[in-house]
Amino acid sequence: MANKKLIKGNVAICYGALAAGCDAFFGYPITPQNEIPEKMSELMPQHGRVFLQAESEVAAINMVYGAAAAGKRAMTSSSSPGISLKMEGLSYIAACELPCVVVNVQRGGPGLGNTLPGQADYFQAVKGGGHGDYRLLTIAPWSVQECYEFMPLAFDLADRYRNPVMVLMDAIIGQMLEPVDLHGNFEIREYPKPWATNGAKGRARNVINSLWIDNTVMEDLNNRLQAKYEKARRHEVRFWNYQTADAELVLVAYGSTARICRTVVDLARDEGLPVGLLRLISLYPFPEREIEALARQGSRFLAVEMSAGQMVEDVRLAVNGISEVDFYGRTGGSVPTPIEILENVRNTLSGPRVASAQARREV
Amino acid sequence: MNNAHHEIIIAGMGGQGVMVIGQLLAHAAVLEDKNVVWFPAYGPETRGGTADCTVIISTSEIGSPVSSSPDTLIALNQLLLDRFAPTVKREGLILVNTSLAAPPRDRSDCKIVEIPANDVANKVGNSKAANMVMLGAYVELVKPVRLDSIKASMTEVLPERYHHLIPVNCLALERGAELVS
Repeated sequence: MANKKLIKGNVAICYGALAAGCDAFFGYPITPQNEIPEKMSELMPQHGRVFLQAESEVAAINMVYGAAAAGKRAMTSSSSPGISLKMEGLSYIAACELPCVVVNVQRGGPGLGNTLPGQADYFQAVKGGGHGDYRLLTIAPWSVQECYEFMPLAFDLADRYRNPVMVLMDAIIGQMLEPVDLHGNFEIREYPKPWATNGAKGRARNVINSLWIDNTVMEDLNNRLQAKYEKARRHEVRFWNYQTADAELVLVAYGSTARICRTVVDLARDEGLPVGLLRLISLYPFPEREIEALARQGSRFLAVEMSAGQMVEDVRLAVNGISEVDFYGRTGGSVPTPIEILENVRNTLSGPRVASAQARREV
Repeated sequence: MNNAHHEIIIAGMGGQGVMVIGQLLAHAAVLEDKNVVWFPAYGPETRGGTADCTVIISTSEIGSPVSSSPDTLIALNQLLLDRFAPTVKREGLILVNTSLAAPPRDRSDCKIVEIPANDVANKVGNSKAANMVMLGAYVELVKPVRLDSIKASMTEVLPERYHHLIPVNCLALERGAELVS
């Protein structure tokens, strides 16, 4: 471990982006993600790549749009209010089927909120966020090591699906220091980009556009997008089971909250309580089949988030009434402690079961 | 005290070097091949606001980066001592900078160690090294890492413009350790 570097999650994002062959970074400052543009302003020019501090978040996402259209690996990063400003651009980028990576280091909200941790941008990340029928493929690291390793994954998914990818973090994951092994052996695949608008000399002109007046053309585009998301739902679901095999209660969480819940599982097991954790790695696509399987096995669920209850809605959809789904959340920058969640675990386990075992078998 | 797992909260005012001594602990743990998480909390102010950081050092994999009830509180001033003293686990350890704070009267279950850190720092020739005095005392008392590893972490953790202060910081660390040994 002596070869490991002690760095923040935000800084690990930069090394990961560099390893992934990111050509261009466009951003605008906002806490708690400022270490990303700060480090990128140093790393990118050192490696002959583009760093640009834009005049606003809106400008930054549109610069990403342009760089991606030219076939370059481009990214931006921001935090909650800044990510809201990027939503129009993301809808355009998704409609144009361009690959790019967006990092959201979530803070307390809504509104300008505060610089403390939050997970209340879940809906915005996994349901599209901007206008129209599109999705962001969304992954959530829970350690500084994963901040590093998920960036090559994010760029690969973006290129493979020709779709924007969101790396969803929070102020804990972005700001914490952990030892990291930066000698990742990534297989960085190059994807041919015959659609890129990178000079038409000697070939037919490429057009990248999201304005299609003809409804049949627009509907074809929508069908193509939906087929792509269906493919992602089959191949890109990622999760991690911890002690769920015999769990009467399964905690469902992602990011820093999943880390906290992992400790809760250990504390609960010490008390003899049959508790496990389903840690979500991909938030879109959502691990709905895994959750349904756990519900059939007889598990009930406690969704834990730093929000007023967002991810829990997807858990309920996956469970589809065949088991009980409870929720515990903190908001506004408050972080749940392991003991606080453990008390909820005890209460939930002693609460009545509404859905019957019969229902689980029949559905 | 369990020497395989340590949860520490360090708290004080911005400018007192709260984050720096937390980072020194974290870096020393990395040098000793231990698992560690450091996590800060502070307002937008550079100086004058409140600042605290959590450090968790463990020989096994670390789950929660957030501590429900730390084993140890290192409090550099009264405001933050009052805020965090109630969170320390039963029979935990509270290090109080008595140059700026009075020891808590309602935590008789805890081991309370009084360190006149600013006075000691003044004597070694740098009033700003009070944080190092506190860190030296903590490391000597609990031994989550070796004092040598803390010293070896200075060049990595401190910005280069402060490297000329490393000798006085090391002296302050040693004075802190001597106070409790």
